[in-house]
Amino acid sequence: MLRTRPYLLTGLALLILSGVSIFIGVGQLSLGTVWHDPAALQLLWISRIPRTLAALLVGSSIAVAGVIMQLLVRNRFVEPGTTGTSEAAMLGLLAVTILAPGWPIMAKMIVAACASLIGIAGFFALIRKLPPDQPLMIPLVGLIYGGILGAAATFIAFQADLIQYLGVWMSGEFSGVLAGRYELLWLAGGLAVLAYLAADQFTVAGLGQKASLSLGLRYGQVLTLGVVTVALVSSLVIVTVGILPFIGLVVPNIVSRLMGDNLRQTLPVVAGMGAGFVLLSDIIGRVARYPYEIPAGTVFGVLGAVVFLWLLLRKPHA
Amino acid sequence: MIDISGVSYAIGKAQILKDVSLHIPCGQITALIGPNGAGKSTLLNLMSGQEPLQTGTVSVDALHIGQTRPRDLALKMAVVAQHVGVASRLRVRDLISFGRWPHNQGRPTAADHTMIAQALDRFDLNALADRFLDEVSGGQRQRAFVAMAYAQDTDWLLLDEPLNNLDLRHASRLMAELHRLAREQDKSIVIVLHDLNYAVAWADHVVAMKNGALAFEGATQKVTNAENLSALYDTDVRLVQTEDEVFVAHHR
Repeated sequence: MLRTRPYLLTGLALLILSGVSIFIGVGQLSLGTVWHDPAALQLLWISRIPRTLAALLVGSSIAVAGVIMQLLVRNRFVEPGTTGTSEAAMLGLLAVTILAPGWPIMAKMIVAACASLIGIAGFFALIRKLPPDQPLMIPLVGLIYGGILGAAATFIAFQADLIQYLGVWMSGEFSGVLAGRYELLWLAGGLAVLAYLAADQFTVAGLGQKASLSLGLRYGQVLTLGVVTVALVSSLVIVTVGILPFIGLVVPNIVSRLMGDNLRQTLPVVAGMGAGFVLLSDIIGRVARYPYEIPAGTVFGVLGAVVFLWLLLRKPHA
Repeated sequence: MIDISGVSYAIGKAQILKDVSLHIPCGQITALIGPNGAGKSTLLNLMSGQEPLQTGTVSVDALHIGQTRPRDLALKMAVVAQHVGVASRLRVRDLISFGRWPHNQGRPTAADHTMIAQALDRFDLNALADRFLDEVSGGQRQRAFVAMAYAQDTDWLLLDEPLNNLDLRHASRLMAELHRLAREQDKSIVIVLHDLNYAVAWADHVVAMKNGALAFEGATQKVTNAENLSALYDTDVRLVQTEDEVFVAHHR
């Protein structure tokens, strides 16, 4: 049975939010003047559209990374931001900033991605020995592991006088997004599309290693694909806009509650809802203290917590 | 035929299986019985390639476990594991349709849909088809996993304690369904059973394990006698013959 309503609703919400995002900001822009005012047109192409696109790409790709991670770990309460992946990427970024500051952004990104891959591998090694009947152990271990890596990053940044950098990476926000400074995010978006091609594989892998083996799935390959996707997306996002916590945790949980875990059906909604939440957070951040801005990551910290609480506490419908 | 030869298995210092060799016949129901911790599940996991072999060899028809591509093995045998805890929220119908994965790799054909509909029918799951796995009872979930293995449509079907959580009606229906599969479609079925009454009533062949070794094996009527079963479980077991049925009495 194909349920089209979630797709339509997500699409409609994204259209409206994108429209709002393009016409809100400190610079004046209105639908009537934009077509014959060259300054307004420039504002549109250099700032507003890139910023909107960046929020959409970030939101969709980190929500997809979150759901992949949850299926592979078989635990609802994990995401890259709470399992040390982001912190490991920051350590990599710090290392390359200190040791090879002149490297181009792409090279720095690759170093960050390698570091976060090592970070995920460390996390998987840690949770292998945890008892499977205690699902809360995994996120707790993830938080502690992330905390340790984060502390190491803070220590190194403090010693090298790079605390400011760390601050920029830690709080995801879009005020710095201009044409020419966000295009790496298209790679993250591309990875999310690639993940959709393997949607069935991830769903089967979510049944567990033994079950997927008895269905003839090459579990190791799917695991590797998923882990590499998560690491790349996390580092791409950190390098361009900074960490946006909880999106990868909250969005997949909402969609799973409503539609289940068959990724072939749910992944477009996961991506759309992630994009919508990030864009909404950015819009709220832009207007709440106009003309100043609040980072989108901070806004979603509040928004996401409320949504997540509602999700946990509401009665399940029969 | 499944050919198990010289299989031993250890976890750390604990020897789970000690040099087990046996043949499991085709086209029949083979019950794997024995006390807790006898190594039944381990043997089943080794047969299906879910645990890597340490010593010895296992071959299923002509396929050697450990040297066969996972997909080829998945087209040869389906496995229903014990304790099917699931973290993911799939609808019952979606779960069963993944039984067709080895055949279609996610691109279902009309034949796949027919098979899925059949599986839903046979295991009495039509009313539950659109429910999520975490919203049905343990027994219903168990049936969904058996139906998924059925949809996989393989020559061999391996089930680890599938009667767990099932009520009387569904337990006997499941055994009858497996019996029909063996008779009508020539499927070969290996099933770990705890309730000896089901083993005696439905199995053609019995393999009894004790302390990681083979205790006895053979055609059900020949080997399931009071003497063998009492020794196997270290408990008094009697067989009670009525007009047309045999009961295994052990509960007093």
